[in-house]
Amino acid sequence: MQERKTTYEIPVGPIHPALKENIRFTFQVEGERIRSVDVKPGFVHRGIEYMGMRRNLIQVLYLSERICGICSISHPIVLTQAVEQAANIEVPPRAQYIRVIVSELERIHSHLLWAGVAAHELGFDTLLHLSWKVREKVMDILEELTGNRVDYALPIFGGVRRDIAAEQYPKLMEMIRYYRGLFEELSDTFLRDPSVEARTRDVGVLTPKEAHELCAVGPVARASGLRKDVRQDWPYLVYGDFDLTALTPEDHGVEVHGDVYDRIIVRLLEVAQSLDLVERCLREMPEGEITSFPKIPALLAYLKKAEGEGIGRHEAPRGEVIHYVRLEAGQEGPAVWKVKAPTYSNLMPWTPMFREQEIADIPIIAASIDPCMCCMDRVHVDRGDTREALDKQALLRLSWEKTRRVCG
Amino acid sequence: MNVLHVIWQSAVVVLGSGLLGLVYKGIDRKLAARMQGRIGPPLRQPFLDVGKLMVKENVVPRDAVPWLFHAAPILAVVASVTVLLYLPLGPFPPVLSGRGDLILILYLLAMPAVAMALGGFASGSPFASVGAQREIVMMMSYEFPLAVVVVGVVWRLATLGFSPAFSMVTVGSTPLWGLVGPLGVLGLALLFLCLLVVTPAELSKIPFDIPEAETEIAGGLLVEYSGVNLALFYLADAVKTVAMGALVVALFFPYGIASPLGLSGGWAALVDQLFFFVKVFAVVFVAVTTVRVAMARLKVDQVARGFWIPVTAAALAGLALLVLDKVVMG
Repeated sequence: MQERKTTYEIPVGPIHPALKENIRFTFQVEGERIRSVDVKPGFVHRGIEYMGMRRNLIQVLYLSERICGICSISHPIVLTQAVEQAANIEVPPRAQYIRVIVSELERIHSHLLWAGVAAHELGFDTLLHLSWKVREKVMDILEELTGNRVDYALPIFGGVRRDIAAEQYPKLMEMIRYYRGLFEELSDTFLRDPSVEARTRDVGVLTPKEAHELCAVGPVARASGLRKDVRQDWPYLVYGDFDLTALTPEDHGVEVHGDVYDRIIVRLLEVAQSLDLVERCLREMPEGEITSFPKIPALLAYLKKAEGEGIGRHEAPRGEVIHYVRLEAGQEGPAVWKVKAPTYSNLMPWTPMFREQEIADIPIIAASIDPCMCCMDRVHVDRGDTREALDKQALLRLSWEKTRRVCG
Repeated sequence: MNVLHVIWQSAVVVLGSGLLGLVYKGIDRKLAARMQGRIGPPLRQPFLDVGKLMVKENVVPRDAVPWLFHAAPILAVVASVTVLLYLPLGPFPPVLSGRGDLILILYLLAMPAVAMALGGFASGSPFASVGAQREIVMMMSYEFPLAVVVVGVVWRLATLGFSPAFSMVTVGSTPLWGLVGPLGVLGLALLFLCLLVVTPAELSKIPFDIPEAETEIAGGLLVEYSGVNLALFYLADAVKTVAMGALVVALFFPYGIASPLGLSGGWAALVDQLFFFVKVFAVVFVAVTTVRVAMARLKVDQVARGFWIPVTAAALAGLALLVLDKVVMG
């Protein structure tokens, strides 16, 4: 019998209520079943690296905060690490602790934000409002510590710009107690709600093998059972002292399925882990300097003379973020600045996740990697209305052409 | 009853149900917001929404079938209002009593959903088509338990010697709870629970808002609708909410409070009418508002399975209990 083609095409994006940012999925659908998917990124490319290479390093630091509105401490932390490595700058211990505290607070707020978005994708708006209401506490603390709810302007090459005062400790401890008290309620509403479980169990499954082969990072990889976490594998700042392990659903006492439900578990566990880390930092943080360059002009002059290259890695809430920087003597800005946001690594895992799922699962699967398109988009090719995709060779050729053009 | 009577009473029902539906929508939104820790829109927001939609442009997509696209919202409103004409509203008998019975109501209740599906298919959008398919699947799932519930109640009434059996007047004036034995009460309770589960599905509210599913298919059936057409669908939804509430009340709680309070005449009618509004709202609150804040949206296959197996089983069990009750009570 001849097989008839019964699939039809459903476009999701670049603008769609399920997507918080622009990306285009083209689904081949049969009834309610997804047969295949094509993902096309590149709608929110902003040319941030290009802008950065035309500014001095201090300006680049503030620009790097604008890469992502959620990971607005992760990118500056990575950039400072890369530059400090390139220019051989020491960071005082207290500054390292403060960086860790704020990046863990960021993880808490990012995961709670994600929980709300995920609940909304499931049509469970009550949970969205609950998560975002409790998220306000950590936002208040971030504002208390840094002066801003987002874009904290905290790290600087060689340290941090603001200290945590003694009278702020009790506020942080109070926040930790607040979230610990809420943890049972939150995990109860998310993990023991039958309708949430019905919508997320065995949905968007990513096997450990696929996660490994497709280089998934962050909570996505951990939810598939890979114990993969930059803080554990390549300790930086003071994470090495904490002896922390990457969390997988097994730590919650359940078997790893690698589905959306597991990604909820992992993110909730990480909120608790971050609380522990913040508490420990507060307890162990030594007194002392918060930066090795108190004067900005001195720092700029030093950086201008510096030469070398550095790589910074950090476990952002969404996974590993990497910055590569090359400094050349006599140049105020970076000669090369390369940013790799976690979403970039988590794009490919989408393909196996969407396989054989239903149309109804599209929003929650798309949201389950906590995508951040504008952090990830690095290239946009505009040739009018063409639909062709560029392969690796074509992209390489284009890069060569551009390099020749830029270098004259 | 002469034609003039029918006309003015119908006009009152049409206007009244539209107003009532929008008021209920406003209260529902406010209460849902409160339960979610929000302030919520003002009570008159649904009126503002309809007013705004009425003056907005009525866009017809290029790929749509225009006459069907325009006919669907009108069909939905007309069907919803017509249901109300056959239902007892408070102390008054149905406007069109004697001209149709419960079976007709069952069909009329299905009409708005059919109209929406037609409108969805006529929109010429893939999202609307998916929504329309889902609407049809939903209807196939919840109509059977709904029919079982209605038939169960009416059949038991008929066996007790009330006639005409399928007439809404009979059903709406005879509370069944006191007339059956303990088994019958259990059966009725089961049927009532089934009807409460069917109500949000019939009204396409979370967890059964699958045909619209904002985050999945961008509004589904309604994705291409705008302006007056969208306002009509909105009104149809408001009126249908009242109709479902009134049906539940008529089948299971046709009680008044006027006679126990010792009232008579005009005051009795007024009090019973207000009490009826409260009853309808209580049904809407329990079956729609609280459910939609407490659950996530389900998937269409989960809903189909849920209605076909557990809910249908529960409805049939309720029916069986009523039959047993008949056998026991004689």
